[in-house]
Order: sequence, then structure tokens, then C-alpha cells
Amino acid sequence: MVARPRIEEPAPAPAVRAPGAGLRPSERDEIRRRLGRDPTPAELGMFDVMWSEHCAYKHSRAVLKRLPARGPGLLRGPGENAGAVSVGAGWAAVFKMESHNHPSAVAPYHGAATGVGGIIRDILAMGARPIALLDSLRFGPPDDPGVARTMHGVVSGIAGYGNSIGVPTVGGELACAPCYRRSPLVNVACLGLVREDRIATSRAAGPGNAVLYLGARTGRDGMHGAAFASAGLAGDAADRSAVQMGDPFAGKLLIEATLEALMTGAVVALQDLGAAGLTCALSEMAARGGVGMEVDLRIVPRREDGMTPEEVLLSESQERMLLVVQAGRHAEICKIAGRWGLAAAVIGTVTADPLLLIRDGDHVVARLDPRHLTDAPAYAPDAVEPAYLAALRGFDPASLAPVAAADALIALLRSPGVASKRWVYRQYDHMIQTNTVLPPGADAAVLRIREAAPRGVALTVDGNSRYCYLDPYVGGILAVLEAAQNLACVGAAPAAVTDCLNFASPERPEVFWTFRRAVEGIAHGCEALDVPVVGGNVSFYNEAGEGIYPTPVVAMLGRLDDVRRHAGAGWTRDGDLVVLVGCECGRLDGSEYLATVHGITAGRLREPDVPAAARAIRCVREAVAGGVVSSAHDCSEGGIAVALAECSVAGGLGARVVLDAAGERRPDEILFGEQIGRIVVSLRPDALSALGELARRFAVPLKVIGSVGGGRLIIDADVAPSRAGTAAPGSAGRWLDVDLSTLAAASETEGRLS
Amino acid sequence: MNIGIVVFPGSNCDADTYHAVRDVLGYHGQYVWHEERSLAGLDAVILPGGFSYGDYLRAGAIATTSPAVRALKPYVTGGGLVLGICNGFQTLLEAGLLPGAMQPNLSGQFRCEFVHLRTERADTPFTCGLKPGDVLRIPIAHAEGRYLIEPAARPALAAHRQVVFRYCSAHGAVTPAVNPNGSEDAIAGVASPSGAVLGLMPHPERASDELVGGTDGARIFSSLAMWITTGRRPSMQPVEVH
Repeated sequence: MVARPRIEEPAPAPAVRAPGAGLRPSERDEIRRRLGRDPTPAELGMFDVMWSEHCAYKHSRAVLKRLPARGPGLLRGPGENAGAVSVGAGWAAVFKMESHNHPSAVAPYHGAATGVGGIIRDILAMGARPIALLDSLRFGPPDDPGVARTMHGVVSGIAGYGNSIGVPTVGGELACAPCYRRSPLVNVACLGLVREDRIATSRAAGPGNAVLYLGARTGRDGMHGAAFASAGLAGDAADRSAVQMGDPFAGKLLIEATLEALMTGAVVALQDLGAAGLTCALSEMAARGGVGMEVDLRIVPRREDGMTPEEVLLSESQERMLLVVQAGRHAEICKIAGRWGLAAAVIGTVTADPLLLIRDGDHVVARLDPRHLTDAPAYAPDAVEPAYLAALRGFDPASLAPVAAADALIALLRSPGVASKRWVYRQYDHMIQTNTVLPPGADAAVLRIREAAPRGVALTVDGNSRYCYLDPYVGGILAVLEAAQNLACVGAAPAAVTDCLNFASPERPEVFWTFRRAVEGIAHGCEALDVPVVGGNVSFYNEAGEGIYPTPVVAMLGRLDDVRRHAGAGWTRDGDLVVLVGCECGRLDGSEYLATVHGITAGRLREPDVPAAARAIRCVREAVAGGVVSSAHDCSEGGIAVALAECSVAGGLGARVVLDAAGERRPDEILFGEQIGRIVVSLRPDALSALGELARRFAVPLKVIGSVGGGRLIIDADVAPSRAGTAAPGSAGRWLDVDLSTLAAASETEGRLS
Repeated sequence: MNIGIVVFPGSNCDADTYHAVRDVLGYHGQYVWHEERSLAGLDAVILPGGFSYGDYLRAGAIATTSPAVRALKPYVTGGGLVLGICNGFQTLLEAGLLPGAMQPNLSGQFRCEFVHLRTERADTPFTCGLKPGDVLRIPIAHAEGRYLIEPAARPALAAHRQVVFRYCSAHGAVTPAVNPNGSEDAIAGVASPSGAVLGLMPHPERASDELVGGTDGARIFSSLAMWITTGRRPSMQPVEVH
């Protein structure tokens, strides 16, 4: 196997940026007030990155408090490098998601690759072995050559890093819309596993303990990356200098060396060197522990000559960790590092007073309370409902031109967001570590946990930015419910959420309003499901050119008590019944059908009946985990018609289905309308009574709509006699009759996107 | 029985192989650090998949300079058995223990997916539990798996029946459509003439457990165990030229 960037990108050049360039005048005053003097140049540079939006969450902190951080099984919530929940038998799942949007816009391969590396080290910093990755990606329309280049660069970067470092990429999502043309989104989630009693901390402690640098050497790459990620892209060469270069080989060595170091019992605390590099790790570890540190930058292992102290403090070189090691035991750690061919050096000691004293040899370059750096000012920006919303809510489906149902279905299956993502995930090693029970392409990825057999976990990432554009509050709720629904389809119960909140500039009141509403929606959804949000990430200023849609992405972790009891989306058996769990009605507002077939993004989203959706989700999960059903797949983008087509293609079997067309509902609404809490399952006819029992228990509607078999997907309308011949655009009563190979060919992107 | 699994910096299928050998199949396995100079006492050595030393040069190239790989030649001369999986196969080619070379996949991309393999030779230590023509379903995961061999060396490859596995359809048909990387003659696995050294691109350790990937790959490991426990020795029988 070989990891090699296929997309040539110029290497980063040294940054040219005045220290403190990102600070407001009021913030400079505040710094002088806190220090009681002018900051040194190094200190100014440290404040610049630590008080950047990326590190300090200046605009988002107050709103994020709204997210629920409590729930059953919670072991670590927000505030550490990643959240942790129990998966049983004394084992903890650690997980987190982060964005790497700005770097990926400028240098798609390296930007995406280092996004993978960065989130892996966050998990590692919790003492966990990284066991799975998922990606949520957004691009512009792929027929734009520039977009195609970015998209392939990002996918190659994720593959190049993830495949080499040996962590499987087990799932994800990909969607395209014009607003992401110059602002692609690359959100990466990582899951790790650690024994509950061995979860590590980033709280420095123990005056006299050693501050130990471990990993790759420090160079000039990624200078000011945090500040760069906290503003819109300038589109010039200076942007490129802020992108880091990844080395998955060093990343792999760092995983092994760090886990081995933790096994010695000599490591008191650790954190990865990510955004803002040493500055961030030193100040956060000291501040969290309520201690100080004295550090000599001269000792930091370097790969370039002539670096200034400021450059060493701010470098975002990859594959580095900072450890606090018990006094007198650093030699053990250095020996492990040597065995793995990594640099290690004691660069300082922990001190009792909360003072960060940073020297360059004999010269003191910074001397300040670390909490001054970590406690950045917070802002409460104005929030105003955007004017566009009222206009879009006025949309009337009656204005739509009729389209043949089969043509619409094929167009939907071909759209990048709905089509098979095989062209993406077959470039990712999704099997390594041999725990992948359900691979990419499923509603959620399922992994076994060997250490806690027969238990397993499931993971999914979800977010429909079109919904959030039309109603960020409802979109936030739906992202959470959709994730839980995906978990239910594979048989998992929701356990924890981490999120990536991608928005344009928070300094625009219309954008900030959408941010606040989306967070409120996510909070509502999580509270309804009793799932804690254990951590996450906010990415603002995604607005090269036009601003992006509000794009909150939810990653949800689920538990399976017995991983053998799971289900896939595809039909498994001729003669099985096809049953719709949940309500029959979908709506066209904000649907994929409207966007793809009619080129319209508009409508009024109804606030979903959250308890009803939650009951449908519970019902399906119990049915899957109880072995009642053979398959389960939710109706999401493209409605029930697309769901049925996907079940058919995945299973290699056709189906014959009849949908209720009574009343005044439009055929396209019945076929392609979207609504949360609707799941298609298949089961043996003799299992129907067991499913009925569950449906009664959870008060969920259930309807047998057809049966599995043959090589075609046939959907008929169950029309009242008076409306026969008028309900369907095609022949009377028959809406769709498409053979399996046509469906598969539409969904297969080989040669189109690959 | 004692099976050694060599760990290079950048190996990432070492633990999976160890797990398959020990936990799933119940054989005794042990890790062998790349700096080991002797492989004495091991009934078989497995070079696992991964990106040894980062593979920023040609895949497997730097691994050949490690003491453990240098020790392979005397080990094989002394009757040892060696299985190279994926990066291990690439390393065996680079080390000259097997003929041929690897090129990047024709697609230009990394490929991770299940393929089918047709067993071409069932008298090696790794295939003795199979029959010629048996089809195995095992995944690949590589960017550089296009096996090529110079024309002058092809007759010897055929004469010594060194092709052990070919990519095929689920029914055993070898066609261009099911060749995942453009390998010459659909070659997926090559052995030394005696069969004592086998390299293959697909990952049998990923198909050794019903829950994750099926058990076709386990048939390669169980062949090896059968061979070792029955005390068989690789033969240097005169070979027929087809």
C-alpha cells in the first residue's frame, strides 16, 4: 500500500503576518489591562491565536451552553479533548468531530489529510486507541471543474492519511450545493476505545513534573492556522502558508508511542499540539490544572534552522503531543519514543504558581497567567431573522410542472447527495482493525467491540443544510432525529452526540440568528432523545464569495447490546413483506425532489412531532435488535420512492408496492415527500404479528405496503375509483415500474463522479 | 506451532493478523520487531500489511533494509515458511524473494473492496487445505497492487507453477472486468517455486471471522497450521510445464 498525494499542491511557505493582526483594539486594551503592561511580541502572538474564534469560541460560547451535556452513561463531557460514554463491560467510547474547512478550501489534499490527523490526536489525547473515522463533506456542484478538483483532492487526502495511519473510515455523508462552491466543508469524526479507568486528562498537575514534547519535529508549517480559520479566505498565497502538512506515518508512530507511554503509568496529563500549537497546549493544560509551567523553547526538537521563538510557539506542525510526566520518569517515555523513531525532549517543568514562563535560552519571551490566554472575551452578537425566509416560506407546490415519476426517481438517484458513495468509500480502507460489521453504504456504520463482546457501537453523521437554510431550528431538530433514525435502522440506541457547526460570519446578525436557532434545534432534539452532546466544534467565516447555508452536522454514537443483531438496508429474501413504520405523509417543502428535479429550494418546514418520531425510532430499533425484521432503511432525501429503490439496489431484489393515493395529495408528494419518523422494513410474513405488537407498544402507525421479489421496483397507486387515471402522471394507477439494473446504474457514479 | 508476525514502523495490519492467527484460529502467534536479526524457532513468518516506514518511496522498499527482512533469506534456506500479505508481498518482491514488481493500480486510486480469488495451486503450505479452482472471497486494500513481471521471467513463473491465486468472478472466471488493479494475467498471489514463500495482495486476516468479512481467508491460515502440524516439507518436485 502506498500513501502518495496524487494532487500536486505547492508546499506551504513561511507566513508573513503581523503578530496581533487578528485582535480588535478593545482586545488589545484588555490584554494590557490583564497584564498591567504591554505584551511582548511573543505574548501578543499567543493572544492573537488563543483569542481567535477558532480557539476561543468568542461568538459561540454563550449559545453552546444551551446544548445538554448530561445523559445516561456519560463519562466525560465538553471541556476535555473529546467526550466519552460507557459502552459496557468497563469500556468507554471516546468521540469527537472537527472541521477542517478553511485548509481544505486552499489545499484540498493536505487540508483534509491534516483534518483526519488532528481529530485522531484529539482521541489519542484521551488515552484511547482510535478505531474509526467518519466524514461529512460539502462541495459545490461537481460539474464545475474547480469543484471536482477540490472534491477529489479532499477524498484523496482523507484516503491518503486514514489508510496509512490504519484507522478505518467507516462511514460519512456527502452533499453538493452551489453555496459550497468556494467554501467546501470537511468535517471529520473519530471514535476511540479506552478502558473507563484509563481515560486520560489534559489537566497538568504536580509541581516538579516534567513537560515532555513527543512526536514529529517542529517546522514552520501551519503558522497562524487558528487565526486563518477565524476569518474569510483572502484567496492569496498567504492563505496557503497557514495549511499544515500531514505525515500519516509519523501519526501512526505517535499513536503507538503515546499508548505505550500511557501504559507506563508515568503520564499525568497529555494534549495534542493542534491549533495554535505549543501555545494552546501549554496554556490550556496549565489553566485546566490550575498550575504553571516553565518552558525553554530552545529544547523543542526542530526540523528547520533559524526559527524564532514566536514561530516555535505558534507552529502547527502535525503529529506532536505534549505530556506531563512524573518527575524522574521521563527517561522511560524517551526510550519508548526512541524505539518508535520519534523525537522526545523535556522542555520544561510544572510549577505551583499559575504562571506560564516561556524562555528562549536565558531570554524570557513570555511571562503570564495561562488563564489570561484561555479566558478570552466572549461576545453576544446581534441576531436578526434573515429576510429571505419569509419569501421562501411562501412557496406553493401547485406551481410545479408535472414530471413523470420514473424520470424523477432516476434524477434523484443520480444526484450526488443521493447516489451511491461507493466511488468515495472504496478509496478508504474501511475494514482495517477488522471490527467493521456494517461497512459504508449502510444507514449507519456498525463496529463490534471485541473487548466488550458481544456489544457493538454504531455511528452516523447527518445534517441537511437545505432544511437549515429554510428553518435552522427545525433543521437542527431534524439532524438529531435523522441520526437517531439511522442508528435505529441498524439496531442501535443513541448514546451521545458530537457536532460540527459550520456557518458564515457570526458578525452578520442574520447568520448569527441561524446559528442560535440551529443550536436550539439540536438541543431540543437531544433533550427529547435524552442524549448528551459531549463535545463539538464551531467553524465560522465559511464565506468565500457567498456565505454557506447554515450547516450544523450531527455525529451520533449508538450502542448495540449484541452486535450480531443488526440489519442492513437491502432486501434479503424473496417473499418478505414490505412495511412502512411511521406516518405515510411526506412534504415537498425543502425536499431533495424540489431541489434536484425542479431546481427549487423553498418551502415552510413544519416543526416535527418529535415524540412521535422518537417512538417510531424506538420501535424500529427494538424490531431490529430483536431480530423481528430482515432489513430497515429510513425515508430521507427523496422520500419513500428513493428509499424503496435503495432497498432494492442494496439487496439485489425488486419489490412490488402499493401506496395510498386517496385524498387530494399530489403523486410526487406521496412518492418523494420527506418527513422524519418514516422507516421501511422488510420481514418474513410470520414476523408481522411481532412487529405489530411493537407498533402497538410504541403507538406507531404500521402499514404493509408490498412484498419483496422479482427484478423490478413497481409502485402502484391505491386510488379511489373516481380518481383513477388522474392520480398518476403515467398509466392509471401505476406510478413506477423500473428494472433493478436501471436503478443500480442511476445510483452508480462510476465514470461520472469517480 | 509458533507463527511470527513482523512489526515494522508503519505496519498497520499486524494486530489484525495476530488476532486472526491467535484469537480466531487458536494458534500461537508472536510479534517480531523489525530489528530482530534471527527468525530461528519460528514455524512460519508473516509480513503483514501496512505502510512500512511510511512507504513514501516504493512500497516495501525501505523495509528490505531491516534486519528482520535480511534474516528472511537464511530463514527460508533453512526450511522456513514465509507469508507476505499486501505490503508484505510488496516487501518480498522488493527483497527479491519473489519475482516481479508492483505498480500503482490502473485506476490510480486506493481500492478497498472484496474480490474473488481462484486457487491455482493447492500444494503449497498456505493452500494445502484448498483444491485447485476453489474460489475465495477476500478483500483487497491497496494503492499499489498491479503485479507485473518482465517478459523474460514469465516462462519460469509458469514452469515453476508460481501463480497461486488469480482475481476471478464469484464463479471462478478470470476476466478483465474483475481484475481490480490491472495485474498481469490477473495475478493476485505468487509463490516461490517450492511454495515455501507466498505473497498475496488480498488480506486473508480480514476474512477470518464470520461477523466481519466471512471465513474464506481463514482457510489460508488453517492450511498453514495443517502443514506445520503434520510436519510436511515444501517439495521441490519436478514441475510440469503447461
